[in-house]
Amino acid sequence: MMQESPLVVLDRVYKSFGALKVLDGVSFSVGRGDVLVLIGRSGSGKSTALRCIDRFEKIDSGEIHVCGRRVDAPDIDLRALRQDVGIVFQSYNLFPHLTIAQNIMLAPVSVKGMHKAAARELAATMLAKVGLSEKLDAYPEQLSGGQQQRAAIARSLAMQPKVMLFDEVTSALDPQLTGEVLKVIEALAADGMTMVIVTHEMGFARGIARHVVFMHEGKVHEAGTASILTTPATPELAQFVGTGL
Amino acid sequence: MGLNLDFSVVLERWPLFLDGAVMTLELAFMAILIGGAVGTLCAVGRGSSNRFIAALCAGYVEAIRNTPLLVQIFLVYFGLASIGFKFSAFSVAAVALAINVGAYTAEIMRAGFESIPTGQIEAAEGLALSRVQVYWHVILLPAIEKVYPSLTSQFVLLMLASSVTSQISAEELTAVANYVQSDTYRAFETYILVALCYVVLSLVLRAAFWALGLILFPRRRRLGTSL
Amino acid sequence: MGGSLNANHLLFLGQGALWTIGLSAIALIGGGLVGFLIALARVSPNKLVRLTSGAYVQLVQGTPLLVIMFLGFFGLAALGFPMTPLAAAGASLTIYVGAYFGEIWRGCIQSVPRPQWEAAEGLGLSRTQRMLKVILPQAVRIATPPTVGFMVQIIKNTSLASVVGFVELARSGQIINNSLFEPFLIYAIVAVIYFALCFPISLLSRRLERRMGVGRAKLMPT
Repeated sequence: MMQESPLVVLDRVYKSFGALKVLDGVSFSVGRGDVLVLIGRSGSGKSTALRCIDRFEKIDSGEIHVCGRRVDAPDIDLRALRQDVGIVFQSYNLFPHLTIAQNIMLAPVSVKGMHKAAARELAATMLAKVGLSEKLDAYPEQLSGGQQQRAAIARSLAMQPKVMLFDEVTSALDPQLTGEVLKVIEALAADGMTMVIVTHEMGFARGIARHVVFMHEGKVHEAGTASILTTPATPELAQFVGTGL
Repeated sequence: MGLNLDFSVVLERWPLFLDGAVMTLELAFMAILIGGAVGTLCAVGRGSSNRFIAALCAGYVEAIRNTPLLVQIFLVYFGLASIGFKFSAFSVAAVALAINVGAYTAEIMRAGFESIPTGQIEAAEGLALSRVQVYWHVILLPAIEKVYPSLTSQFVLLMLASSVTSQISAEELTAVANYVQSDTYRAFETYILVALCYVVLSLVLRAAFWALGLILFPRRRRLGTSL
Repeated sequence: MGGSLNANHLLFLGQGALWTIGLSAIALIGGGLVGFLIALARVSPNKLVRLTSGAYVQLVQGTPLLVIMFLGFFGLAALGFPMTPLAAAGASLTIYVGAYFGEIWRGCIQSVPRPQWEAAEGLGLSRTQRMLKVILPQAVRIATPPTVGFMVQIIKNTSLASVVGFVELARSGQIINNSLFEPFLIYAIVAVIYFALCFPISLLSRRLERRMGVGRAKLMPT
């Protein structure tokens, strides 16, 4: 049966930092509208795998395709790739000298050549989506961590990416602030956004994942639908899920 | 003790001092503008992956920082003349001062650039901004903000150092003083007065940079964070 | 002299370079003494002492060294106190360097962590004992890299002694040029000699700084 080709494909990806093998033949794919959750202990390579998708890391061998582009090609058009892919980081990385509106408007104006007035409207729309309408003209440091992270998500969404990557976006937050961020991501999933999520929050992973990839020592140790979280096949995943990390 | 001080013959030449002070400020302004740009580019260049550019920028910074301004001014002055260029003393002085302050700016701006977390740059790249756009929108202003006190102090020092250009007859404040003292035979009074002029000029310059900071960094103004 | 550059000229430049080193030593010692007193005065419990020393620093740091040189040489002479070029240059540099060292060292003294002051106070040491036994030894460690770095500024600044006729390196260059008329070549040689004197000290100060783990942007008079 012919299927629509997946938006993100990793095919036998290898990557080392010096002598350390971080990615040891990793393969997985993400279809349109899919929500793939990458889990594993720290150092298992899950964040590196995610960063390779947006080419923040170069891979040693293998292939990565994103939205029909060969990401590992030496002549990849990085700016085109990154218009298709939005990424949200653990440490928010809002630009401290710009207001929230200016943070969101920056890329649409300077990359897409959007008019400032239109971009500001877009910023307002995106902020409403993450429940921060009243923070349009605030500076990042005036916001709580959870609000900053939601603003960072709005900033990425403003570029209308085809795929969103989330790199442990709640790890820097106090437990009581993670909920508001996770809710925003859940709403995106409900909208049909294609997403790859690296997370430590097992409850969140269970709730949102269509597919799960469990990484262990640089390899995809176990993969499948969200059900593998409740009925793991390998002892490592069982242990990982059991500890609740 | 027959100390008789007479400031009146010196003070009555105040229009000369005013002209000199204006030229000192003009010199400093030109040098800061050109040198600031050169130094910032040079700080970018030192981080370049192109080895030749990085080495060139490092060599420039070291050469300037380890030789006296006086000698640099003579080199520019006679160097330009010997290859057949004839510029006004003002232009030569401005160029020499710009070359000088550029090296110091480069060193300070490098520290500013290094203070920007990589996460900021990755976030900007992740939003598809080009390299130049990343530097312009995300790195430059926060970097300047970080080193603004050092940078502006360096610029005030440059204004004071511009007195050395009197040695190639740029008609700035110190050159005026030299002329007035030979005219009035009141060297002590003249140089005391001119020293006070410089003190006032540095206060004026500091105030101007403070005001400029309010314009450049609206966040500081809004949130009341001091520089 | 006259004709083309020869060994005698180079010897003359070498002699000038020795005077540059000598004058730098005078400025370092004189300025060091003044600077030490200024630094102590700046952290004095007496407000008047603090204000006076602060005013000294502000005035000197707001005045070009060149003007101080002119004051010391032509100014004092006009008042009936003729100074030799060496005395005028040495005194001017002492005053100038003293203000900068005072300010640098004040910062170092004040950057000794607060609990150290309190602990010394808690031990019942007198103010002088606290300063000598607890604070200064730590401040000296902090002060070493910027002090070494400032020595480069001192060497470069001695070039301004040439304007009052003191024959150090820059003045030697001028004198030779007056007979040879090869300004670019001669000043290039002079610059190279200055570089040879300054660069090793720059490197040393940077190494010291790295060892101390402080990557502060340098702020030095040009």
